[in-house]
Amino acid sequence: MTDSLEAPNYASSWKKAPFIKNRFVRWLIIVGGAIYLSAALGTMNIDLDRVKEGLPRAQRFLDAFFPPNFADNRGVLWDGIAESIWMAIISTVAGIALSIPIGLGAARNLAPAWVYLFCRSVIAASRTFPEIILAIFAVKLFGFGPFAGFVALSLGTIGFYAKLLAEDIENTSASQAEAVKATGANWFQWVNYSIQPQVMPRMIGLSIYRLDINFRESAVVGIVGGGGIGATLNTSFSRYEFDTTAAILLIIILIVMFMEYTSSFTRKWVQ
Amino acid sequence: MLQLNELTKRYKTGELALKGVTLEIPKGQVLALIGPSGAGKSTLIRCVNRLVQPTSGSVALKGKELTKLSSSALRRARRKMGMIFQEYALVERLTVMENVLSGRLGYVGFWRSYFRKFPRADVQEAYRLLDRVGLKEMADKRADELSGGQRQRVGICRALIQNPDLLLVDEPTASLDPKTSRQIMRLIQELCSERGLTAIINIHDVFLAQMFSQRVVGLELGSVVYDGKPEGLTPEVLTRIYGEEDWSATIKSTDEDDDNEEELQS
Repeated sequence: MTDSLEAPNYASSWKKAPFIKNRFVRWLIIVGGAIYLSAALGTMNIDLDRVKEGLPRAQRFLDAFFPPNFADNRGVLWDGIAESIWMAIISTVAGIALSIPIGLGAARNLAPAWVYLFCRSVIAASRTFPEIILAIFAVKLFGFGPFAGFVALSLGTIGFYAKLLAEDIENTSASQAEAVKATGANWFQWVNYSIQPQVMPRMIGLSIYRLDINFRESAVVGIVGGGGIGATLNTSFSRYEFDTTAAILLIIILIVMFMEYTSSFTRKWVQ
Repeated sequence: MLQLNELTKRYKTGELALKGVTLEIPKGQVLALIGPSGAGKSTLIRCVNRLVQPTSGSVALKGKELTKLSSSALRRARRKMGMIFQEYALVERLTVMENVLSGRLGYVGFWRSYFRKFPRADVQEAYRLLDRVGLKEMADKRADELSGGQRQRVGICRALIQNPDLLLVDEPTASLDPKTSRQIMRLIQELCSERGLTAIINIHDVFLAQMFSQRVVGLELGSVVYDGKPEGLTPEVLTRIYGEEDWSATIKSTDEDDDNEEELQS
């Protein structure tokens, strides 16, 4: 590699420029972050003695869990599961049905500004309240039982599904949309022919994922009175029937695993 | 047939894309619109079918003013203007047939189009057009399974099934190889003469513009700087449109390169 003698003297070392240019700001963030984290950890008051006392209790808990007892409360157990499953299914369907118009309205490339702002506020409101808070409200309004759970999960679905739908619509190809618009299609035809095909695969995957979430959440809303397997779980806990609790938890895990598998399979299939 | 009068477009960013363009295009004329990137070619054809709303000036198709139409009248007017796009702009997840039939959306109701139950005559015309461009066997393929040249032919079918009076063609060859580019341009030219269609073709390639059009309009910074026959594109004219460059290699006699390419219908 002998260049001609007149070649300029190029540097032989190179370093990637740091992400934060200002050296002072960079170190301030690193050192400040470290101090804050250690201070936060300090205020948590971790008491090793209490952890030590807790461990044998955990042991006793686990002993009580095993072997899981599927038999003694078979009737209520399967009723709870069945209730949770249909609650998850209809709240997913209803939630998605409500999410579609809101999601269309919340996509900036589809809706005028005032519709956009309105729909985004609905989504933000739904996202502010976790399912358990929605469930507490619904139980107060409609009383105990799966209907309250259904309402809570449907409203919860809007914040999730409408937001992701709107974002997916905003990421669609503008040229495909323009081409269909140029044919003289009306708004609904335009959405059906240029937007829907582009967002459909992801939306199908997300609805199965949401069904999965709604099933798991049905166990949570049940604890506050929303019916389903959560109610059964809560009862078994308060009756100290931990072997039944373990059986319920195992069933929940199996169903969630099954849905996990189904959703990844479906997503591959619809691509 | 198509009259543009003092057509002006200023974008919200303040950029003046068209500065009072006046053009008259007679029926059956294939006009090539050339000019550097950013000269306003795309804006001009989008102002005709109002995918871009012009700021001032008028556009009249067959004597009918388009710039002031209500949204439903605009949809009816758009049916008579077929558009062919750069990068094809097919809906990739739809089948070839659905893409072609989407050209009929302006003519059928929502539920008919939703259930893909188009009138028999439309389906027949779709098959006929696909056969004409050599893609009859591809009707049930998904658009993203096709090659670039095939996709653009589907794009051409989608525009033609509208039964348009006017074709607006935006950089049809921008992402195609030289041979396919010529085939596509030749196909557009042939179809225009078969159907007596008027067309505005935006095109980067000066050479293709000369080969396949009857009239060339040069646009630079939103103004018409050349309007005349393809043969009139001298180095001086090209310098006026694009700026200083050695143009001697670009301007060859057109028949020199018009070699014996096979016909499209294979």
